Amino acid sequence: MPELLLNLAIITAKIVTFTFLIVLPLVPLSVYFERRFSAIIQDRVGPNRVGIPLTLFGGKKDFHFFGLIQPIADGLKLFLKEDFTPDHVNKAFYWLAPALTVVPALITVCVVPFGPDVTLFGHTEKLVIADLDVGPLFIFAISSLTVYGITLAGWSSNSKFPFIGGVRSTAQMISYEICLGLSVIPVILFYGDLNLNNIVQEQAANGWLLLPFWTNGELSLPSLQTTLFLIPAFIAFIIFTVSIFAETNRMPFDLPECETELVGGYHTEYSSMKFAMFFMGEYAAMVIGSALIITLFLGGWSLGFGLDAAIANFSIGDFQIGGFIHVGIFLGKLLAFILFFILVRWTVPRFRYDQLMKLGWVIFFEAALINVFLAALIIAAPELTSVILIIGLILLAAVTAAVIWVAKVSEPPTKVLRA
Amino acid sequence: MATIKLTRPKLNAGEKIYFGALIKGFFLTMKHAIKSLRGKSYGAEGLASSGLGVTMQFPEQRWDDHMPEYYRGAPALVTDEQGRERCVSCQLCEFICPPKAIKIVGTEIPSDDKWAKVEKRPLKFEIDMIRCIYCGMCEEVCPEQAIYLRKDYLITGTSREQMVHDKDKLYEIGGVRVGLVNKWNELK
Repeated sequence: MPELLLNLAIITAKIVTFTFLIVLPLVPLSVYFERRFSAIIQDRVGPNRVGIPLTLFGGKKDFHFFGLIQPIADGLKLFLKEDFTPDHVNKAFYWLAPALTVVPALITVCVVPFGPDVTLFGHTEKLVIADLDVGPLFIFAISSLTVYGITLAGWSSNSKFPFIGGVRSTAQMISYEICLGLSVIPVILFYGDLNLNNIVQEQAANGWLLLPFWTNGELSLPSLQTTLFLIPAFIAFIIFTVSIFAETNRMPFDLPECETELVGGYHTEYSSMKFAMFFMGEYAAMVIGSALIITLFLGGWSLGFGLDAAIANFSIGDFQIGGFIHVGIFLGKLLAFILFFILVRWTVPRFRYDQLMKLGWVIFFEAALINVFLAALIIAAPELTSVILIIGLILLAAVTAAVIWVAKVSEPPTKVLRA
Repeated sequence: MATIKLTRPKLNAGEKIYFGALIKGFFLTMKHAIKSLRGKSYGAEGLASSGLGVTMQFPEQRWDDHMPEYYRGAPALVTDEQGRERCVSCQLCEFICPPKAIKIVGTEIPSDDKWAKVEKRPLKFEIDMIRCIYCGMCEEVCPEQAIYLRKDYLITGTSREQMVHDKDKLYEIGGVRVGLVNKWNELK
């Protein structure tokens, strides 16, 4: 019995820490960084005044705290705004939709590995809430539930623009889920394991997927197979990253919710806390997407270059707490990726809807499929006889050429534009 | 108007792949970001800005030093170098003021005064700064070169009564102005 209670307590502590003390605060923090970094890119300043109001407590001047109190002010504002339910909405779905958007994003935090094992009080603990053997599948399955949230939001709002926004957003998310799943297969083939914790341990020991410059904890050049595998790995990285952009409705794929196109898209009719939940869901999905990219392709919590074993063994007395340093490294990489998301937002112009659909179904789908075959050939190469290898390569080239030909031929002829 | 037929321009392979253009775009935005972070945003040299972006961070930086000459701030009454208050309470500014912010009550100049030939001067002269729209019509219409718009813009107060500038306050902000036409002086 005490064993069970202790386990439950540890799991609750992990859930509370990882979901509510790390990921959820990252959401207003990424809103702050979005505003600050966007402003800096655009030669402006961004919010830097909301600080600690020392003058209220008798001080001489407020301390501006770099505007970091701004997210708290925003959260308070959204919390205290009037929560208005219009007459014309379908009440049940209207109330359900924001929950269906934010909850799946927060559930997927369960399988993200935040760090290696830590030892506290003689008890070794993994820094991941649920060490599932089907990590990426779990994430794809649960994050597909967000589509329900958006569809219901668009439908229940009973109004033109949210409806169009909801339909477009749903179609976009479903289209890019295929390439999301397919592009991860080469990674899984390489590691032979779906367990995200194991994948990161492997990357810490033997080189990140995209920077394989060490083996068994020592710097070394990669083998021929690993070098050749960089090609499908890189293609998989690009397809996966772009699909994560599309899944979270983020520039350049944000046609369903940008203000110039559709007022607010599917969240036009929502106010205060429900709008805040949509907002949180979008940014939480962005955070989890970045976490997944980092875990699969860039080594997760590992610092790399053979330094991980040294950091993991860092201990104060009996507590081996190097794992917490690794959590810090993970959060640093996460922040860098979030800044990259923001940079892309202000660099790439929005895609037109048909261009978006063509990218998802025609270009990325075929590229991901061919990528899977290429990766399989490269991984199986040592075990195959050269005849079969050459036949495989020729088949692959033929299939690629066929796919490209089909895509070219089925393009509609260039229309003559009216002057 | 004859119809002109246009076709979409054909893109070569490099342009279709789009990644080259994307990378160039990333470099451009990062260049802006790094310049801003170093305090040297594009176009910040000519402005009174902090360098982190071209925004002027208001209370720490102001544009009081390089305000344009034509800037219209708060109106004020002036005294000339002979010590005479210029206003003769003709009430032209009161009548032309669009929001009717000026209220004048005139009084007679006693006949034993040095400037008795001017005959009128204001007993009460109030400009309600909440109503004032800083248009400058009072300055334009004044026949005595008595009211001028200064360069101060930070007119604040904690009550409506505080925001009404009376005659003493107006002469205080106006100060002495030299080089005016002294039409009431004796012809030599």
